[in-house]
Amino acid sequence: MYQAIVFLPLLGAILAALISFFTARARHPGGSPSAHADTHAHPPPAAHAAEAHGAEAHDAEAHGADALGATPAPQRAGLDTQFAQLITTGLLFFSMILSWIAFVQVGFGRDEHVQLATWVVSGDLKFAWALRVDTLTAVMLVVVTTISAIVHLYSIGYMAEDPHQPRFFSYLSLFTFAMLMLVTADNLLQLFFGWEGVGLMSYLLIGFWFHKPEANAAAIKAFIVNRVGDFGFSLGIFAVFMMTGAVDFDTVFAQAPGLTGKTIDMLGWHADALTMICLLLFMGAMGKSAQFLLHTWLPDAMEGPTPVSALIHAATMVTAGVFMVARLSPLFELAPSAQTFVTTIGATTALFAASVGLVQNDIKRIVAYSTCSQLGYMFVAMGVGAYSVGMFHLFTHAFFKALLFLGSGSVITAMHHEQDIRMMGGLKDRIPLTYWAMVIGTLALTGFPLTAGYYSKDAIIEAAYVGANPMAIYGFLCTVAAAALTAFYSWRLIFKTFHGAPHDQHHYEAAHESPAVMLLPLAALAAGSLVAGYPKELFTGRGVGEFFRQSLKFAEGNHVLENMEQVPHFVSFLPTIMMVIGFAVAWQFYIRDPKLPVELARQQEPLYRFLLNKWYFDEIYDFLFVRPAFRLGRLLWKGGDGWLIDGFGPDGVSARVLDVTRNVIRLQTGYLYHYAFAMLIGVAALITYFMFAGGMH
Amino acid sequence: MTIGLGHYLTVAAILFTLGVFGIFLNRKNVIIIMMSIELILLAVNLNLVAFSAFLGDLVGQVFALVVLTVAAAEAAIGLAILVVYFRNRGSIAVEDIHLMKG
Repeated sequence: MYQAIVFLPLLGAILAALISFFTARARHPGGSPSAHADTHAHPPPAAHAAEAHGAEAHDAEAHGADALGATPAPQRAGLDTQFAQLITTGLLFFSMILSWIAFVQVGFGRDEHVQLATWVVSGDLKFAWALRVDTLTAVMLVVVTTISAIVHLYSIGYMAEDPHQPRFFSYLSLFTFAMLMLVTADNLLQLFFGWEGVGLMSYLLIGFWFHKPEANAAAIKAFIVNRVGDFGFSLGIFAVFMMTGAVDFDTVFAQAPGLTGKTIDMLGWHADALTMICLLLFMGAMGKSAQFLLHTWLPDAMEGPTPVSALIHAATMVTAGVFMVARLSPLFELAPSAQTFVTTIGATTALFAASVGLVQNDIKRIVAYSTCSQLGYMFVAMGVGAYSVGMFHLFTHAFFKALLFLGSGSVITAMHHEQDIRMMGGLKDRIPLTYWAMVIGTLALTGFPLTAGYYSKDAIIEAAYVGANPMAIYGFLCTVAAAALTAFYSWRLIFKTFHGAPHDQHHYEAAHESPAVMLLPLAALAAGSLVAGYPKELFTGRGVGEFFRQSLKFAEGNHVLENMEQVPHFVSFLPTIMMVIGFAVAWQFYIRDPKLPVELARQQEPLYRFLLNKWYFDEIYDFLFVRPAFRLGRLLWKGGDGWLIDGFGPDGVSARVLDVTRNVIRLQTGYLYHYAFAMLIGVAALITYFMFAGGMH
Repeated sequence: MTIGLGHYLTVAAILFTLGVFGIFLNRKNVIIIMMSIELILLAVNLNLVAFSAFLGDLVGQVFALVVLTVAAAEAAIGLAILVVYFRNRGSIAVEDIHLMKG
């Protein structure tokens, strides 16, 4: 059964890829696009209706497709496309059902361990392909397959006009497979395999519309920023192997307590082994989960199709970092300094991303910064040792963030690919179902009582309050402040998009509700956002020990979960108060007095610009890393390659030979008297030599 | 003043130098080059004969005769080549003869 959960998506991906491959061959046999030159005059009808900004994006799409010689986007998907949709989505739903069964079996039964194959046996290094299914994995399995299945279904509607659907569905399923491989990993290498797999699929899916230069740039950026994190992650794996001689979790965890006090000596620096290992591993998590300093790729990743943003950049892949820290809790529990660092980074991210989200205007970017901020929350929980609480937020967040993204996608479709919330307004009458879905998502995100976010977010804030590490109080303050900011930017999004007067009458008139195949996933996720918080006891209460058993490790002195029961009342109410404040300010700003925010932005110009430009992180990185890298590249190109290698290498040698022969040729004048003169001089020189040097003996 | 070996050698050296300079200062005619070669050979012959007489050794005079024979043969072949060359190219000016230029 567990093999089926993991490998069904792979099967779907392979089948869809084959369909994509063969239909591409059928479309332009021999790779010649000329046969379709006459079809260029028919861009999809949607492009006619769309205007301004939206039309550009859409036209670009149509042109890109045409340029490749594909048939112009068919309105009714072809049989091949339908087959690809059906097979990937069907297999995913099957996988989802099995996951829920597995969740019940494992969560309330016992852990499973499935050996698939031997992978590496080389001296001391031995590990296998195996599926480790404990409660932690089961929770992730449920999240990943459920969101993925829903997103697959939604994509059938959202991507209906795209000519490359089989490829898209193949990528989606392959991503799901990589993610499942990641969460079921039994050793660090398998985890790394899944880790890189999801990174690759993220790259491919962000750059899915490969004819858009911004999408390609965003894909490359995501990949490179993740490389920075992965560099640390792989060093961490090496360090683990160096210290324990193993990479499979059971052995590593068993040996971990023996590592306390040991040091790693490096360049005369004696680093505490466990702290070092945990920090390096956490570096990988920072990259994948878009934490402060390595967060820059996530907002740009919104260039990808919206279902991708929902699946990968909100609900599943970005939570891989959180999952990894939870999985390695036996290591992190032994390294308090690393935990403090995790809390600090998480808290900073939560506040930072929320502050940037306040002023963004792109609907997807607001949600992206919100994701970044919520991931910060999860890391705060991880840092203070409340792993199950972090996992709880991961679980609930997946539902409402996917809902918000898919809702945004629905808005974007309704507005014909307009993403700027300043161009929207008043949409609640035009697309009421999407409106209600978005409101439910927002309620859950801001922690409205009795919704999913209410339980998990409050639990994190309480955990931060009672956390033992030195930065816990910083985490508490940041998360509380971020709660108010979250409420403000979420409601700002809702008010500017759905309330008030329409800013663009034409778009407003043309706005239409999405098809049922897109609304059904919204309904499912909305239901999830409302009820996902109810298994609270399993994640935060007394049920934790019984539910998670050995999959999460709480050290002897870790009483976070017990202490959370006895927090003062004001701490419990604080997030709700913050949420109300945020909502009230947003109401004041965008419903009662829409001129107020404009004035405020003018009064606080530097602050506004600072936030609008995302704390100038892109500019700083551009200055610190990108430009020097370009300069170095230019130096190596012009100096190293052009001057040194071409000047003195193969080309240089041949040029010097030519120079020499050109001069030698000049000696051959062809005039007899020159040769005669040369002979004479030669004879004279020889004679002189023999006379004065006394001959050759 | 008695004519000694030094005088013979001096004349021979002058002739030789004239011949040499005739070869590479001459810019006009290939025939002049051939004449210069003859001059050089004669200068050598003069030396051979002079040493032969001075040392009382006949070998020098025999060698001079051999040189004369070779010089005659050389002049005959050289002139023949010149004639053919002139027929083909219409000129025997030294300036025009540079087919071996690289």
